[in-house]
Amino acid sequence: MKKISIVLFLSLAWLHTALADLTIEITEGVEGALPIAVVPFSWQGPGQPPVDVSDVINADLQRSGRFKTIPQVDMLARPTAAEEIEFKDWRALDVENLVVGQVRPQGTGGYEIRFQLFDVYKGEQLTGYTIPTTAPNLRATAHRIADLIYEKLLGIPGAFATRVAYITSVRQGDGQERIDLNIADADGYNPETIVSSTEPLMSPAWSPDGRKLAYVSFEEGRSAIYVQEVYTGKRQKVTAYKGINGAPAWSPDGRKLAMALSKDGNPDIFVYDLATRKLKSVARHYAIDTEPAWSPDGRSLVFTSDRGGKPQIYRVPSYGGQAKRVTFQNSYNARASFSPDGKLLALVTLEDGSYRIAVQDLDSGIMQVLSQGSLDESPSFAPNGSMIIYASKAGYRGVLAAVSVDGRVRQRLALQEGDVREPVWSPFKK
Amino acid sequence: MNKLLTLWVSLMFSVILLAGCSSTPSGDRQAGAEVSEQSTGGDGGDGSGASTSAASEGGVWQGDPLENPNSLLATRVIYFDYDQSTVRADYLDAISAHADYLAANPQMVVRLEGHADERGSREYNLGLGEHRANSVRSLMMAQGVADNQLVVVSYGEERAAAYEHNDEAWALNRRVELVY
Repeated sequence: MKKISIVLFLSLAWLHTALADLTIEITEGVEGALPIAVVPFSWQGPGQPPVDVSDVINADLQRSGRFKTIPQVDMLARPTAAEEIEFKDWRALDVENLVVGQVRPQGTGGYEIRFQLFDVYKGEQLTGYTIPTTAPNLRATAHRIADLIYEKLLGIPGAFATRVAYITSVRQGDGQERIDLNIADADGYNPETIVSSTEPLMSPAWSPDGRKLAYVSFEEGRSAIYVQEVYTGKRQKVTAYKGINGAPAWSPDGRKLAMALSKDGNPDIFVYDLATRKLKSVARHYAIDTEPAWSPDGRSLVFTSDRGGKPQIYRVPSYGGQAKRVTFQNSYNARASFSPDGKLLALVTLEDGSYRIAVQDLDSGIMQVLSQGSLDESPSFAPNGSMIIYASKAGYRGVLAAVSVDGRVRQRLALQEGDVREPVWSPFKK
Repeated sequence: MNKLLTLWVSLMFSVILLAGCSSTPSGDRQAGAEVSEQSTGGDGGDGSGASTSAASEGGVWQGDPLENPNSLLATRVIYFDYDQSTVRADYLDAISAHADYLAANPQMVVRLEGHADERGSREYNLGLGEHRANSVRSLMMAQGVADNQLVVVSYGEERAAAYEHNDEAWALNRRVELVY
């Protein structure tokens, strides 16, 4: 397998803190990635455009590992519209697909992005749109264009116009730890801190509409589950029972939270109805039962339990019933979640003394280890099922990494300072 | 502040514990633990004005028994084996001493803070930390300590006492802290 080592240093202005830069490094790419040329879009306004739209699109496609993008220096021409394209120039570069476009100001504070995607060999347009947008949404619109290109060429929706929530912790000068719950675009841009605490924060979970996050906070000296509206900051304390209030997980319809509560003496799985505020016991055992995750159809939950002596994954109907063990390979399996199509489980497994991210096919039971670290945890599927983001360690620091579901594409994301952990990929924007 | 002190004290404890037993992470190392307890008391005593040197061997402790660095009550951190929540035999005496003290002082409340090392998943570790704290709680209740004197809180792996990623650090993080 060929290694593509491209390092993109994305300079970010952290809103809240001086936390410095997030680095995204593509550590491994797919052989046979689709060669594509994203020609710099023309700018038809005064001065410099606020965002280099074609650069964002190019970086997205490249980062996915599914495309081999052509460096600008290799481009023989820089067409920005269909009539300017000489397809033979691009065939000579073995480019299969070509993206051209224009950005122009429109109205006050508005912009219009026009782009076209071509099949170089057929000399045909595959898709093309004119999209109005605004300055704050230029990057988001560029991600949407990358999504459209990805879907047209690969047949599955792109997940570039999504976000990632994650926890950071930084030890301050006075020895106190500052723990933040943050969200950022999937490419690491636009990070925002939405909760900041000196006590632990953990287990963020996106609501299915991507507008709320449930999480665990120890701000009152013990665990409680909160639900916070991402865009208004409004929040509500959902449960603060005696003992553990942990591992919140939204039902696919967004009406319920599965969670682990130890109010009856040890952690058991419950489903909490957000409207009626009623709690239903789903799995109960004197062992540790935790980390519930819903199947996409909402009919069942998987969870971690050490009822057999060691932590393993079990599956139970979401209304309760008999729990059945689903993992049998390796002595430690935990923190499972379903792929969007419901066919795979991503989980943490202990193999050869290392905690790694694996996927298990639910039909065949076959497990494939995907990550290469020794302390990897918290896997989370991209909403299109293509990648899994997870937490890893690099030296003493917590970093984020992502791997494609087939294990062939790898990325690493790191803050320059402090620990990053518990990444959770948002659903598609609705 | 108190918590920070406890953390720091437990760190000191660990450094000495490690010096005491170099190779085997588990096993009975009561001697090592006792050495560290004494010096822990010495380090931790300054906050309340209790002086370590006053408690010379053979002397009779006059102050608050909780402040006596030579007492078993000075053991405030109970360590556990990997993925285990059973209390090791070498800590039974210390837990028993705390239980006696609490039973005799029903107005006293102790927080049992359960912790886990960083390996494996975070929420499972939260459960593991709680199981550890509950093991200590059960032993104390069996000796007559009232339910309302014992507050169990699990932090899982969220509040490490040692930050390295190795066996020594993990051993220090698998613990229950007794916080009066």
